[in-house]
Amino acid sequence: MNARGMTAMTDAAAPAAAPIVSGRKVGKLFGDFRALTDVSIDVAEGEVVCIIGPSGSGKTTFLRCINQLERIDNGALWLDGELVGFRLEGERLHPLPDGEIARQRRKTGMVFQRFNLFPHMTALQNVSEGPVQVLGESRAKATERARALLTRVGLGDKTDSFPKDLSGGQQQRTAIARALAMNPKVMLFDEPTSALDPELVGEVLAVMRDLAREGMTMIVVTHELGFAREVADRVVFMDQGRVVETGPAHALMDTPQEKRTRDFLRSVTHKD
Amino acid sequence: MSLTSGAAAAIAPNPHSGPARREAAPEVDISKMIQVRPRRWGRMTAVALIVLILAWLTKAFAEGNIAWDVTGDHMFWPTILKGVWGTIWMSIACMIMGIVIGVVCAVMRGSPNPVLRWVAIGYQWFFRGTPVVLQLLIWFNLALVFPYMGVPGIGSARTVDLITPIVATLLGLGLNQGAYTSEVVRAGLLSVDRGQFEAAQAIGMGYWTSLRRIILPQAMRVVIPPLGNEFIGLVKMTSLASIIGFSDLLRSVQDVYYLNARVIELLMVAAAWYLVVVTILSIGQSALERRFGRGFASGVRTE
Repeated sequence: MNARGMTAMTDAAAPAAAPIVSGRKVGKLFGDFRALTDVSIDVAEGEVVCIIGPSGSGKTTFLRCINQLERIDNGALWLDGELVGFRLEGERLHPLPDGEIARQRRKTGMVFQRFNLFPHMTALQNVSEGPVQVLGESRAKATERARALLTRVGLGDKTDSFPKDLSGGQQQRTAIARALAMNPKVMLFDEPTSALDPELVGEVLAVMRDLAREGMTMIVVTHELGFAREVADRVVFMDQGRVVETGPAHALMDTPQEKRTRDFLRSVTHKD
Repeated sequence: MSLTSGAAAAIAPNPHSGPARREAAPEVDISKMIQVRPRRWGRMTAVALIVLILAWLTKAFAEGNIAWDVTGDHMFWPTILKGVWGTIWMSIACMIMGIVIGVVCAVMRGSPNPVLRWVAIGYQWFFRGTPVVLQLLIWFNLALVFPYMGVPGIGSARTVDLITPIVATLLGLGLNQGAYTSEVVRAGLLSVDRGQFEAAQAIGMGYWTSLRRIILPQAMRVVIPPLGNEFIGLVKMTSLASIIGFSDLLRSVQDVYYLNARVIELLMVAAAWYLVVVTILSIGQSALERRFGRGFASGVRTE
């Protein structure tokens, strides 16, 4: 564990200016269906990037490729200076063994659309489970940290509740705390507010806004254009598995260059 | 209900019935009224019928040709108690074996590794495909195939000395139970949402840690009721081992009635003891269900 932590640190120290996440012409196939084509996205450390686009545009798939819930078929993905999922030796590509994949995954924290909290554990156990089982922290220390994290997301009084007794917003905030407990370098949000009742969206976005303000690197797949405009440094618009347009949040949303971006933004704002 | 339909009617009055005239709703607070308990005629009839049938059965057995005092006298005979103990420990031993094999086998069947998967499928195919009595007899008569057994370099022994009735019963019932239990466990594993595995992976857990900490505990909730079923079945299945000479409850009862010819009386002793054991097991099952049901709200009443 320690040795691995050391190598991760030296890796990070070497290319200081290089982006922490870098997709290079990433392609992903599901059978015959091209989910991603030539997706190139760079995310710098401390940056907040929102990915928007119609459903089925590949935004979620790209996010899942970063933490290897999916394996890419073309191009390359780099995370914190390492090739994601493979080890390159000259021209030969070796798929990483499970342990190495798990180690790379620890650099990212994932927040799912449907929360995916562990229903048989309390909020506190949900948050402390990773540090105990994966990072090898003592139960006492992990519990103490979990309590602090839950307090930070405004759930200090819900530590002993089971997920079924929490509202959707509270569950999602617990899920954010669970991801943060692993001290990730990048937080990945997969439509974190899509499954929430409208009145609960705000509390989750508020937690995310705080995180962004504290300098966390975040990639957020979202339909919340207001949030993107306010918090994101850059917005990426995807459609049919491709990056159509990318730019600073205000520029992309106020003066989109591509017709498809304009059409999408118009259709979404009209719906509201 | 009446409120909404009333409102709907007010918005869209039926043109054929003319304007509906309604009194203002009277002041009623249902918490201040006397509640009339509904009469459940069906239930009362069923209870009456059941009582009648039970009374008739009791009378029949009381007047029948059974010496109940003999049954009572034999309940705590040392031979009988030894048989009860044999049944209990053999059931527990075989169930532990069955659960261990069952979990391993179920996990192997869900494994991405085709070799593991097919080994598991083959094992299930064989042990579910033949009667358990046949398997017991094969284990017990293994000496006919292999007169000697041993591990090279460590030593060997005569198979007849190695495969005693106890060992043959353990192997026969345990391996058989494992094949059935694995299907029960597999159903439990399948019941856990895929997102749980992804969430576990996303926080950096490996395959085995996810399985042990996240997936299996949730599968247990689904698995325990059918597993209790399996266990109860197994308690009674130990009686089959009496044919290869294992001294379980049924065997010890038979040993006694071969001597005193009180056949039915002693069979009643066995029946009573099996019921006692199974009742205790059912209570244990409820406790386990509560333990593993934490964090889940069930939509239906389960008890």
